[in-house]
Amino acid sequence: MQLAVLMGFLLAASSPLLNRWFGHRTSFVLALFPAGLAAWLLLQAPEIFENGSLLLDWQWVPSLGISLTFLLDGLSLLFGLLITVMGACVLVYAGGYLKDHPDIARFHIALVAFMVSMLGLVLADGLFTLFIFWELTSITSYLLIGFNHADIDARKSARQGLFVTVAGGLALMAGLILLGIASGSWSLAEILDQEADLREHTLYTPMLICLLLGAFTKSAQFPFHFWLPNAMAAPTPVSAYLHSATMVKAGIYLLARLHPELGGTAMWVGILSVVGTTTMLIGAFLAIHHTNIKKLLAYSTIMALGTLTMLLGIGTEYAMTAFVTFLLAHSLYKGALFMVAGILDHETGTKDVTQMGGLRALMPVTAIIALVAALSLAGVPPLFGFIGKELMLESVLGADRFRMLLVLFAFVASILTIAVAFIIALRPFYGKRHHTPLEPHEAPLSMLVGPALLAVGSLLLGLMPALLGANALLTSAATSVSGETMEVTLSLWYGINVALIMSIISLGVGFLLFKRWDSVRAKLSLLAPIMRHGPEAGYESMMNGIVQFSEWQTRLLQNGYMRNYILVMLITLIALIGNSILLRHSPIFAFDLDVRFHEVVVAGTMAMGALFATTTRSRLGAVVSVGVMGFSIALIFILFSAPDLAITQLLVETLTVILLVLVLFRLPRFSNLSTSLERIRDGVVAAMMGILICLLIMTAWSIQQFEPISTYMIENSAPLAYGRNIVNVILVDYRALDTLGEMFVLALAAIGVIAMLKLRHGENSNGKSGESSKVTTKEPYDG
Amino acid sequence: MVKSGTIILNTAARLLMPLQLLFSVFLLLRGHDEPGGGFIAGLVAAGAFTLYLFAFGVSATKEVLRMVDPRDLIGIGLLLGMISVVPAWFMGQPFLTAQWWTIPVIDFKASTPLIFDIGVYFAVLGSVTGMVMTLMEVDKDEP
Repeated sequence: MQLAVLMGFLLAASSPLLNRWFGHRTSFVLALFPAGLAAWLLLQAPEIFENGSLLLDWQWVPSLGISLTFLLDGLSLLFGLLITVMGACVLVYAGGYLKDHPDIARFHIALVAFMVSMLGLVLADGLFTLFIFWELTSITSYLLIGFNHADIDARKSARQGLFVTVAGGLALMAGLILLGIASGSWSLAEILDQEADLREHTLYTPMLICLLLGAFTKSAQFPFHFWLPNAMAAPTPVSAYLHSATMVKAGIYLLARLHPELGGTAMWVGILSVVGTTTMLIGAFLAIHHTNIKKLLAYSTIMALGTLTMLLGIGTEYAMTAFVTFLLAHSLYKGALFMVAGILDHETGTKDVTQMGGLRALMPVTAIIALVAALSLAGVPPLFGFIGKELMLESVLGADRFRMLLVLFAFVASILTIAVAFIIALRPFYGKRHHTPLEPHEAPLSMLVGPALLAVGSLLLGLMPALLGANALLTSAATSVSGETMEVTLSLWYGINVALIMSIISLGVGFLLFKRWDSVRAKLSLLAPIMRHGPEAGYESMMNGIVQFSEWQTRLLQNGYMRNYILVMLITLIALIGNSILLRHSPIFAFDLDVRFHEVVVAGTMAMGALFATTTRSRLGAVVSVGVMGFSIALIFILFSAPDLAITQLLVETLTVILLVLVLFRLPRFSNLSTSLERIRDGVVAAMMGILICLLIMTAWSIQQFEPISTYMIENSAPLAYGRNIVNVILVDYRALDTLGEMFVLALAAIGVIAMLKLRHGENSNGKSGESSKVTTKEPYDG
Repeated sequence: MVKSGTIILNTAARLLMPLQLLFSVFLLLRGHDEPGGGFIAGLVAAGAFTLYLFAFGVSATKEVLRMVDPRDLIGIGLLLGMISVVPAWFMGQPFLTAQWWTIPVIDFKASTPLIFDIGVYFAVLGSVTGMVMTLMEVDKDEP
């Protein structure tokens, strides 16, 4: 299974090739992949229902506790099915929506890669793998939001989404590490199984806050909700997939996953209920401000995400049932609605619902799909959304804490949502025909299949909730979320109760609100000046602050003058090492007077070389005397029997001299640029550095805290690594990973030098100025 | 401005360069047991090309190198380094675990550390030669 999922990355990479082979039909061919995975998941379903969960073991880096094990239980099965089924629908839909788009191959790469990452995220058992897939979804979604990269808004929104989710990802990483430390295991299955109660653990509070930050940023909870509406800059298939059914639900997934271990405390209930209801209300309230159909849907998605968080906060058995039902219902109707929005945009050329009207006659199938999906959103029987909403209201009524507040907020939010649903379902299709930029006609079949399938799903599950094993699936999912065995039996009719009455009232009020939408919107626009001070403004000013700070510190520390860099580095070193030596250890002066005559000669030569290099006015002289120092060091290596080091030192020294000589020609005439005060300062810093290193070596020499690792290396070099040259064995075997890294550093440095020289070169010969001059002016001319 | 060398330098360079290159290969292959290794060997080889560069200039050196651009050597080196990582995977061992094979007829010890070392050799050679060559190339055109 893991292999099948990971093969998806290969499939993503090969999609340009597939595009060449299959042309327009590539999307449909690619859709076979998620469809196949969905079929596989369905085949595993009976076993999961039977046993509760299924572990597919695959160790990755066992020594670090990193595994690629997949944990399949009710919750991951539900999410996995949503991801794969929606994925197939969206790919088919994209085949119509982006037909003839020149960059469709790039779209396929990012979308399939996203799909695989998302699937990995919900199936991962290891905390590390979960995090890796989590970050992969952030990165791929960045590529998808910024798909229209020529559009500055798309780029900006993509960056915003990335910053918010990746910042949350950092918090999540900290939270997962704390979770791993507190529970003593890096496997979710083990953490969920263990007896010890993490709620009592001292790390509970920081762990919970970090994890919640990660989940809230990803799932667009208040006050991080602002990136989601902006992410609507993505092509509509992306919005339908990422921003309704999958990625934004990753945070919700994480919360649900950890609920059995971490949920139920006063802190959990408090934070989740308050944040969830606030998000729900704000999402619903902001939705009716907008006339852009995608923004309307985006805010109503925020409302739904808030609802899901709130339900997890309430945490009663009823709320768990409501959670899984609402999750499924929302994915079905929101996915369909986004695709409908895409059809409208695609066929009419506008996203503004007030610009559309009377499209029912021209696009009958789309109108029906929109109506079914929107009624499910509104929670009108007999659609599946109705069941979800009933359960949600029931669980709010049964909440242990904040009950009145939750009921009030949920009621208001559902009125607003109903208004939004009517706006989407009725506004474009009924009433007077408006003139639209494009002449509308019915969408092609490929764009109708996906939303139609989802709409039919909403209808069938509503009419016959027992159908297709939905009860079993939701039972299993609710069991995983609550951590206790549960039995979910959905039905359309629960009898006349408070929730039903609330539903009916909200439907009426919502419809009235829809009728008066235009005048309400006009009144709401008066609020615009206040809205500008929302969390997004905070984000903007924070980003500006970061840019200003980095500009300031770049001017201060990295102004392009070599002498400054060296000064800063040395002072930092002196401060850090000096601090540690003086405060932590007492410095030890240990003079071993047992020195040989030739050692004194070599050391004296070096000192003289250094003295001459600093005082001479001739550059060539300075280079040569630095060379003398280098060769003396090589001599010391030979004297202390380190031939490899000596050879390396000799060669490096030779090449350094050659490079310096080549550079010397390019420098301006020798002149004195620093004042005498500056030179005294430099001298003091240099002297301090010298004394410090001296002290450090003497201290280090006389302290031997650990058995030196070299003993192991010397002993095992020949028997284990088959080499007698320990230096080389260290480089290519013991520490090969370091060497590999250094190779890359060397290559990067070389490419950097070559590129900078060529840039200067090109500029000089063409007499051009521009971007390149910025680079060259930063090159130091140090006299 | 670096002028092309004198007769002595030219003759020495022409004679020394093959020897230096041969010596660098020798250093590379013996490196695992005796002083030497990819890094040192790469520097020696780079020294050979630098000497040639000083003697005959950039275009003549490019001719000696034929089709190979020093920058490509960097890439080849990195690629070899990455390739040496792979065999351990197939043996089900952790990343970068050394693998040893003996080639029967000539009784030669082949191993992933050797491939890795050759990678280091090319990366060093490519980087240094590339930098020196570019420096001289830029120099030549300037007044």
